[in-house]
Amino acid sequence: MNRAADILVIDDEQVIVDAVVKICALDNYSVDVALNTKAGLEKISKNYYPVIISDIMLPDGDGFEILEAVKKQKKNSVVIMTTGYSTVENAVNSLYKGAVSFIPKPFTVDELLSALYRVNNYQKIIEKQKLLIQQQRIDEILYVTCPAKYLRLGHSTWIFQEREGTVLVGMCDLYMKTIDSIQQIELLNRDDEIEQGISCASLTCSNDRNHKILSPVSGRIVEVNDNVKSNPNLIEKDPYFEGWIYRVIPANIEYEIKYLIPCSSDRI
Amino acid sequence: MFNKIGFRLIFVVAFTSLVIIGVFAYFNVKSQSSSLISEVERHANQLGETVVSSTRFDMMLNQRDRIQQIINSIGTQPQIRDVRIINKIGEIIYSSDSTNINKMVDKRAESCYACHAEDQPLEQISITERTRIFRVHPDSNRVIGIITPIYNEKSCWQADCHAHPKDQKVLGVLDVSISLADVDSAILSSEWKIVGFAVIAILSVGLLIAVFIRRWVSRPVNDLLTGTLQVSQGNLNYAIKEMGDDEIGKLGTSFNNMTKKLAEARMQLFQSDKMASLGRLAAGVAHEINNPLTGVLTYSSFLLKRTKDNPEFQEDLKVIVRETIRSREIVKSLLDFSRQSIPKKSLADISEIIDKAISVIENQLTLNKVKIEKRTEANLPNLTVDANQIQQVIINLLVNASDAIGKDGGVITVFTKQISLAPVGIAQIKKAACPKRHSLIDNDFKIDGLPSLKVKVISGDKEGIAHLDPVYGKHRNNFNVGFKIDKDAKFVCPECNNSIVQQDKLCPLCGAPVLAFEISGQGIYEVCSSENSNWEKWEAVDSGGLREYIEIKVTDTGSGISNEDLPKIFDPFFSTKGQKGNGLGLAVIWGIIDNHNGTINVESELGKGTTFIIRLPLAQQR
Repeated sequence: MNRAADILVIDDEQVIVDAVVKICALDNYSVDVALNTKAGLEKISKNYYPVIISDIMLPDGDGFEILEAVKKQKKNSVVIMTTGYSTVENAVNSLYKGAVSFIPKPFTVDELLSALYRVNNYQKIIEKQKLLIQQQRIDEILYVTCPAKYLRLGHSTWIFQEREGTVLVGMCDLYMKTIDSIQQIELLNRDDEIEQGISCASLTCSNDRNHKILSPVSGRIVEVNDNVKSNPNLIEKDPYFEGWIYRVIPANIEYEIKYLIPCSSDRI
Repeated sequence: MFNKIGFRLIFVVAFTSLVIIGVFAYFNVKSQSSSLISEVERHANQLGETVVSSTRFDMMLNQRDRIQQIINSIGTQPQIRDVRIINKIGEIIYSSDSTNINKMVDKRAESCYACHAEDQPLEQISITERTRIFRVHPDSNRVIGIITPIYNEKSCWQADCHAHPKDQKVLGVLDVSISLADVDSAILSSEWKIVGFAVIAILSVGLLIAVFIRRWVSRPVNDLLTGTLQVSQGNLNYAIKEMGDDEIGKLGTSFNNMTKKLAEARMQLFQSDKMASLGRLAAGVAHEINNPLTGVLTYSSFLLKRTKDNPEFQEDLKVIVRETIRSREIVKSLLDFSRQSIPKKSLADISEIIDKAISVIENQLTLNKVKIEKRTEANLPNLTVDANQIQQVIINLLVNASDAIGKDGGVITVFTKQISLAPVGIAQIKKAACPKRHSLIDNDFKIDGLPSLKVKVISGDKEGIAHLDPVYGKHRNNFNVGFKIDKDAKFVCPECNNSIVQQDKLCPLCGAPVLAFEISGQGIYEVCSSENSNWEKWEAVDSGGLREYIEIKVTDTGSGISNEDLPKIFDPFFSTKGQKGNGLGLAVIWGIIDNHNGTINVESELGKGTTFIIRLPLAQQR
């Protein structure tokens, strides 16, 4: 299937489409455009786009249809969801359904470029892994999948339910592999409330890109990992154990857990 | 007139005093007149004795002229009507009225009867028996007559005249009659005085009571009445002025407190309603504004990037970007505000929650003529719930019920009890996974409002998704995949294509393959893969026995819901209230109850009413 452009943008607002086109040109991406679901689905079925940026609220359907179509047609496209109707439900649901990233509107140039940077790296890793599997080089590990008892929000963050009822929150290794080494980390404080699908930390990397981390769970922070605070690179070294970020008393885990993917399903 | 409390009180008091004064006056007059009469009696008796003894000497000497003279002179006294001396055979010998002399008195007449009843003259009789009160004519004054017997004595039969023989005991009688005109007029005047006193007393008591009732009862009651009327018309700022410290005064104070609380509750209700609409508005505005804001932010930050070598532009553009990001934060905080708060579960008394919900809405309902009844089973165990959210659910259901009842009034009943139910038909599969732990719950395909179980069916080169009923025992499975599922069809996880067919096991009813779903913490759920058989088995639930629930039923006598609308009522944005509702109420309720692992059902009959049944599990499901 022919590769029409690097990116397909699906949004009903012309001004946003134009802006995305201009921004993508900054990083030398070529962009194709669809103004509604129908046109978007048509383009997806005809061509291959490595990256699709789709709005959730579209005049003739929603962005989840785009996600389904990509999944169904077994395209290797990665999808970034975006919406002005930034409810938590939207963000979390799109990640649960397979979007690799979610950007709430309005976004800045840097936010979009950071997301594009991440999903491109993500795609490279996934493709490389497929290649390795094809070549039967299974022992070569590109990233560490999260432990079996963990649950993850998309590919970005994980939680681990401790026996005491508290929950540990941390970053997935695959996400860490999509960004450069961390220069600076901005964390919330003890007793702050976090909410599933809302940014709970911000990383600034060596290439000056800034990445916002979506919280996988709602609740109150009871402990912040000081080791990570003083040495952010600990996350890269040991993302699943020493590199945890917050210990949280979950507020509504029974309900929120349905948007989290059990890491046990990652085993191959 | 008579339905006024003041008038009734005055009437009762006046009537009572009338009776009391009347009885008192009756006995008073009675005793007064009897004492007056006995005084006159005594006086007349004395007079009689005096006449007898003063004429005694003359009688001895048989000087009849002198006797007549004495009697005449006594008879001239103003009160004395008549003085007579009557002999044994009843002939009047002397009389102050000379015309009566020598006339015979009928012995059977009243004046004589006392002594001559037995035809035998009695010798000794008491004063009352010698007295008689009579009228000469029916319209003349009363007269008291007293008879003084004149007894035979030794000197009488030994007198020279030899008028009386020795064996006679009574020689005759002196009869004195005294007019009772003065006495009667005294009695009459005292009767009149007492009646006058009674009238004045009743009038003044009535007046006094009228004044004080007006001051202490009527006026405050009227004030209260005005107050309640004002409140019922919706003026909750109305306050009754101070009315003292008696019961009515306290009633006024508590009325003022009540209206204040009512105003606060209404304010709260109004406020929460406003907050909810504001939340919806915020969400809408956020969506509308975020798109243009995206244009501004992307273009300005884009320009900022492109003009790196032009510091003049940089400064201005930074301001635009900064301020746009600020706007974004404002919109975001609006959205934060509108977002549903995180449920905070704790042990709570369901009866208390219902009471609170009712108290918030009760006054509103009373104004709409809606009666609310609460029937709660005693000693209900506490539940682990978010009390605020459950209260919100109850309030919402009550408001809906009241809306359904409309303006004609009706009854809402809230029943609460503990029930035990077999899990079949109720237990819901909320988490199911394939052997590779992919979730098999389909949130997009709902069966009776609940997310279904999904399974991919591959039959030859065709494939489709079948959906199974998540409620154990209801069998509303949907095997409609667009093609016929043949014998060799494969049933796999839609994510990883791993088979979910239970190996070495066939449906005991039809022999078709059995699908197995891993339910986290609750074992394996098995179900026949053919739509021809309803066989299913969930060991963990079957062995669990009965489960305890708290059941809350909210029943109204309202308009009911039509059969077409019934399946849609829990859908977001579905509303029958037109402009009044946003169609989110029941959807939110559903979400809250689902969050508590509970169920909500509705039964309705058009024109008769609707019942919402909420069941909350006592022990939280794993």
